[in-house]
Amino acid sequence: MKVKSALESYLLVLPAVLIFSVFYIVPFFSVLQLGFHEWDGILPTKIFVGLDNFKEIFADKIWWQSFWQSGYITLIALTFQNVLAFLLAWACDREIRMKNFYRVLFFIPPVLSEVVVGLVWQWILNGNYGILNHWLTHFGFTNLARDWLSDPNTALTTVAVVHCWKGFGWGFLLFLAGLQTIPRELYEAARVDGANAWSSFKNVTVPLMVPVVVMVAILTILGTMQVFVLIYTMTGGGPGYHTEVPVLRILASMRGSSRFGYACAQGITFGVILCMISFVQLLVSRKAKN
Amino acid sequence: MFKSKVFHSAILVVFISIILSGCASKEELCKTNITVWHWMTDREPAFKELAKRYEAKSGIKVNFDLYAPSDAYSQKVRAAAQGANLPDIFGILGEKRDFASFIKAGFILKLTPYMNEDNAKWKNSLFAKALAVNEFDEGNSYGVDSGIYGVPIDIMTIQMVYNKSLFRQLGLNPNKPPKDFTELLEIGKKISAAKLQGLVSGWGEVWMIDCFANNYAFNIMGKDKVIATIKGEVSYTDPDWIKVLSLFKDMQQSGLFASGLVTMVNKTAEQLFANEKAVFAFNGSWCVNVYKEMNPKLEYGAFLPPQASDKYPMAIWGGAGSSFVVSARSKNKEEAVKFLRWLTERDQQVYLAEATNNLPANKDSLSKIPDILAGFARAMDSATHPRVWGVSEFSPVIEAFDKGIQSIIIGEKTPEQVAAEVQRIKERELAKKR
Repeated sequence: MKVKSALESYLLVLPAVLIFSVFYIVPFFSVLQLGFHEWDGILPTKIFVGLDNFKEIFADKIWWQSFWQSGYITLIALTFQNVLAFLLAWACDREIRMKNFYRVLFFIPPVLSEVVVGLVWQWILNGNYGILNHWLTHFGFTNLARDWLSDPNTALTTVAVVHCWKGFGWGFLLFLAGLQTIPRELYEAARVDGANAWSSFKNVTVPLMVPVVVMVAILTILGTMQVFVLIYTMTGGGPGYHTEVPVLRILASMRGSSRFGYACAQGITFGVILCMISFVQLLVSRKAKN
Repeated sequence: MFKSKVFHSAILVVFISIILSGCASKEELCKTNITVWHWMTDREPAFKELAKRYEAKSGIKVNFDLYAPSDAYSQKVRAAAQGANLPDIFGILGEKRDFASFIKAGFILKLTPYMNEDNAKWKNSLFAKALAVNEFDEGNSYGVDSGIYGVPIDIMTIQMVYNKSLFRQLGLNPNKPPKDFTELLEIGKKISAAKLQGLVSGWGEVWMIDCFANNYAFNIMGKDKVIATIKGEVSYTDPDWIKVLSLFKDMQQSGLFASGLVTMVNKTAEQLFANEKAVFAFNGSWCVNVYKEMNPKLEYGAFLPPQASDKYPMAIWGGAGSSFVVSARSKNKEEAVKFLRWLTERDQQVYLAEATNNLPANKDSLSKIPDILAGFARAMDSATHPRVWGVSEFSPVIEAFDKGIQSIIIGEKTPEQVAAEVQRIKERELAKKR
């Protein structure tokens, strides 16, 4: 009876195991295996090259440049995007008029398609007919008007800002949820003790929000390091290599150069680095909790 | 308990059935149907209409399956090749080396015997330059058995177009496009002074820069030297290559380029030109259809990029626009070949040209096309294509070259710096190959 019951249980989990194996485990090991091969994605033969692909990655300046660039976008997202999200969440957590309207409004950008957002911002930022330059000129800031996405001095920061605009809604939602879990009695007690708004914020809100801040930071880093569609739509990695990010490079290796083995090696390297970042963050968050 | 067991067993049976149904043999399904995979969104209705006509004529149903955009299509074909699941007819996008890999892997049927039937009637009906794109010569560097492997269904040339109304606005003769590079730069200065936008093109998608630069490389140093460079016998730091790269600097300084050109995708460039916001565009003959849809009143003309040197003739990219191949593993290969033969016959080609404004691959169909298309067709004499050069440049070198040109345009690097960088990558790739 026990054997029968166990067999039945195994049979019932079999579909899930099969699906998981086919769509997750097998591709994972295929990518791992391909990372040690040279393959054009067409020929049935794959040439074993050992660690050559990984050695090449270490010497690939453009790859590391793309890495630092996504790090730069992440830094802006961690600071500008999350501070903005936190402040807006804090404002919406208070008794203000139309707060539900703001909540919906702030959550619109994250639910929009990245391609649509990219195209709309490309239009706004266009050097010839973009409305940003139009208004800058209209208000007398003609010297500020430029080709935001084609100027190497502004392209990366511009895509970073658009990425923040697109992503701050997620942080806003998580921060708002976190703020709403803080018991109101704590604020009342602080007020009775003579704390002003700033003291309440510093001594009640901030300490209780640390776990949420850490979580939002982890999600921001992992999400931003993998940013791709938005940049692909807005600049395609250009001008030159100025807005290249790792996922774009992986795509270029696979699609542009037909070097599937190298692309897989890049993917593995990227995955390992992201895991390392997450691990460090986990350690930091544990320390912060303690 | 019993009910629950029955329920769980039913779920399991349904699941297994779904999996097994996906593995069913396609033999029966493929008996009389021909499946064609393509990426040409603009030609989809015309293809469907032709499929109907073919079914009425032969009783064979042809299914045109559209997979767009072209990037997604390319990946689908590669994935299908790995799964031995290619359709009867499909197209291969990418470089000639990819085409060669498909052939070497045994995925593509050699069409030479069919082309040569009836004193090469089929072969002779098509433009030789369009066929050449699908052909491998004896002793080619790809190691492919020589012969014809694909059928061009249309042809294309990539050249420059200019807006006649904006030419008038600039005080220029609308029927006289610039005849040499100096004249082009002079017009660039006028454009800049009039605060108009000059040249637009999809130079954010780097292959179009490559195309433009190669035109001038052929003009300045000739085909042999370009091929020798690809073979690694001539350095990219050669003065002729510096001259090619310097042209971009000159054009930028003259004010010829529209702002945002280096990150512009071709769709945006087409919109700008069609909406009369740019004086020049560098685009392929497919643009005739696009411009017609966007602005039927647009008054424009086509011309070859103006020569920068008298030493060699200007060459532009052209040849087969889109080609189809037959799967070597198809159960219906004979029927598929028959269908392609029918598709490239005069009547079908005229219909395709009229319906889609693309240049027909059949030589006899040219007499019935609009004037502007005929302008593109005339440039076929100057056409060349990397697919007919017999050698392919390394992809990282192409990328470094094209991105380098972007850097010259934005004033970040000099032509000499870019040339040195490209040569460094070339040497690295040559060393890897050795």
